[in-house]
Amino acid sequence: MTPGERRGGCRTTAAESAVAEAFRQEWGKIVASLIRMTGNWDLAEECTQDAFAAALTKWASDGVPDRPGAWLTTTARNRALDRLRRSKTEAAKLQEVAVLSVPEEPAAWGDSGVPDDRLRLMFTCCHPALTLEARVALTLRTLAGLTTAEIGRAFLVPEGTMAKRLTRAKHKIRDAGIPYRVPPAHLLPERTTGVLAVLYLLFNEGYSASAGGDLMRPDLTGEAIRLGRLIAGLMPDEPEATGLLALMLLQDARSAARLDPRGELVSLEDQDRTKWDRAKIAEGIALLEAALRRQRAGSYQVQAAIAACHAEALTPDATDWAQIALLYGQLRTFMPSPVVDLNRAVAVAMAEGPEAGLALVDELAATGELAAYYLLPATRADLLRRLNRGPEAAASYRAALNLAPTEPERRYLAKRIAEVSG
Amino acid sequence: MRYMLLMCGEETAPENAPHPVPDGDDAEPCWMPWAREMQARGVLLVEGSQLQPTSTATTVRNSGHEVLVADGPFAETKEQILGYDVIECADLDEAIYAASRHPVALAGGVVEVRPVLASV
Repeated sequence: MTPGERRGGCRTTAAESAVAEAFRQEWGKIVASLIRMTGNWDLAEECTQDAFAAALTKWASDGVPDRPGAWLTTTARNRALDRLRRSKTEAAKLQEVAVLSVPEEPAAWGDSGVPDDRLRLMFTCCHPALTLEARVALTLRTLAGLTTAEIGRAFLVPEGTMAKRLTRAKHKIRDAGIPYRVPPAHLLPERTTGVLAVLYLLFNEGYSASAGGDLMRPDLTGEAIRLGRLIAGLMPDEPEATGLLALMLLQDARSAARLDPRGELVSLEDQDRTKWDRAKIAEGIALLEAALRRQRAGSYQVQAAIAACHAEALTPDATDWAQIALLYGQLRTFMPSPVVDLNRAVAVAMAEGPEAGLALVDELAATGELAAYYLLPATRADLLRRLNRGPEAAASYRAALNLAPTEPERRYLAKRIAEVSG
Repeated sequence: MRYMLLMCGEETAPENAPHPVPDGDDAEPCWMPWAREMQARGVLLVEGSQLQPTSTATTVRNSGHEVLVADGPFAETKEQILGYDVIECADLDEAIYAASRHPVALAGGVVEVRPVLASV
C-alpha cells in the first residue's frame, strides 16, 4: 500500500510523517533497551519493527499519541513479552522474567550517570572482537535502523551476504560473551577510539566512495553525522567525540560544491564557495572550539581544525596554508601516516611554493609506502603542472589515472592530462 | 563464562621451549605471576598446561570403516598450539585481558580465545 492508496488523506500523511520522524528519533533507543531487557538481538529488532508497523495503522486511525516514543517503546516491549510467552523454551522464560523485572521507562533516561542504552549498543556493535565490516553493518542496522538491503546496497554487497554477515556478528556477540555495556574506565579510551573510527569510516565511505560509479553517498554521511551527534551528546566529556562531529560537519558542508552539474569532481581550489553550507560550518566551528577548550587535543580535533581553516577562507587565496601545514605537523604526532605526510606536503607547497612541496612528495615517493595510492602521483602531477613541467606532469597524471578508484576521479585526471598535454 | 585459551607460536623458538620445573623452595614456574594476577581479578583458572611438541602429536580419523591414525598435528602450519588454559570469567573482555597478560602473549605469541560450548 502506498500513501496515495490510503484513505483519510491529511491524517494519513501526518501519521506517516510522525512515524518517519519517530523512526529517526526512537529506533536505536527502543532496540537498545529491548536488547538490554532480553539479551536477544533478533527479537529486539523484530519487535521494534513490529511496533513501527503498528504505529502506521494505529496513528492513522486514532491520531498521533502525545508521546510517540513512549507509545512505541511500550508496544515493542509488549510484543516482545507476547512472543516470549508463546515460546516454550527455558531461555525465553528467563528473558520474559527479565523484561517484566525492568521498569517500563527508566526514570533517568539518558541522564548523566545512567548510561544511555544506545551508548551500550554502540560500544557493543563496535567491539574489537568483531570484524570492521561487521561493526559498521551492525551499527547501521541496530542503531540507525537501516534495512539489511539498504546496508548491502551501501557497501555493494548482495543482501543475502549482508544478512549472513549480520547474523554471524550477532551470534558471536551472544556465543562469545561480548558484554552489553559501556566499557569500564580502563578500557574506555581505546574502545571509544574504536567507536569513533567506525563512525568516521562510515562517513568517509559516504563522502568518497571507495568503489563504484557514485562519488558520494549522502545517506551514509547523513547517518554518520546523526550517530556522531548521538555519541558527542552522550559523551560530553570526550573532546574527540565532539571533534569528530565537528570534522564531519565541516567536511560535509562542502558537499554541494564537490561535484559540478555533470557529476564531475571539483577540486577544493575550484569549488564555488557560495555553495558551502554556512550553517554547518558555523556549527562545526562552534563544536570544535568547545572541544579544544578541554585542552585534550586528538587527531579528530586537529583534522577538524584543518577543515575549519579551509571553511573559513572565503576565497582559495585567503586560505591560511602556513597554519594548515603546522596542523598537519601536529596531526603526525597523533596519527603517523604517509597520507598525513602527503597532505602536509600539499600545504607546504601552498605556503612556500610548489618546489618545497615537490621535495617532500618525492621524499615520500622514495619510501614506496604510498605506491598504490592514486593521490600521490596526482599530487606530484599538480605540483609539476604549477612548475610548468608539462610532460612530467602528464606522466604523473597517467600514473594516477591507473590507480584512481572511481569514475569521476578518473574523468578529472583525464581532463588534467588533456590540459597539460595541450 | 568458560573460555579456552589456546597458546599459539613457533614451538622451535627458544622462548616457547617447555619450561623446566624450577629448583629450590622459592622458585616458581614462569606462569605463576599470571595465575596470581588472574586470581586477584576473579578469573578462575580451571586447568591448563603446556603441551609436548607436535613431534609427539597423533592425528586420528574415523572413516566409518576404519580408524586412520597418522603421525603429526592436524594441520601443518608455521605456528603450533603450545599449550592451553581453561578459565572461568565474566565475559569476553575479561578473557581478552587474561589472554593479553599471558606469558606466551607477552613473549610475542598469539592466544586464541574460544568460548567453551557447555560451561559445566
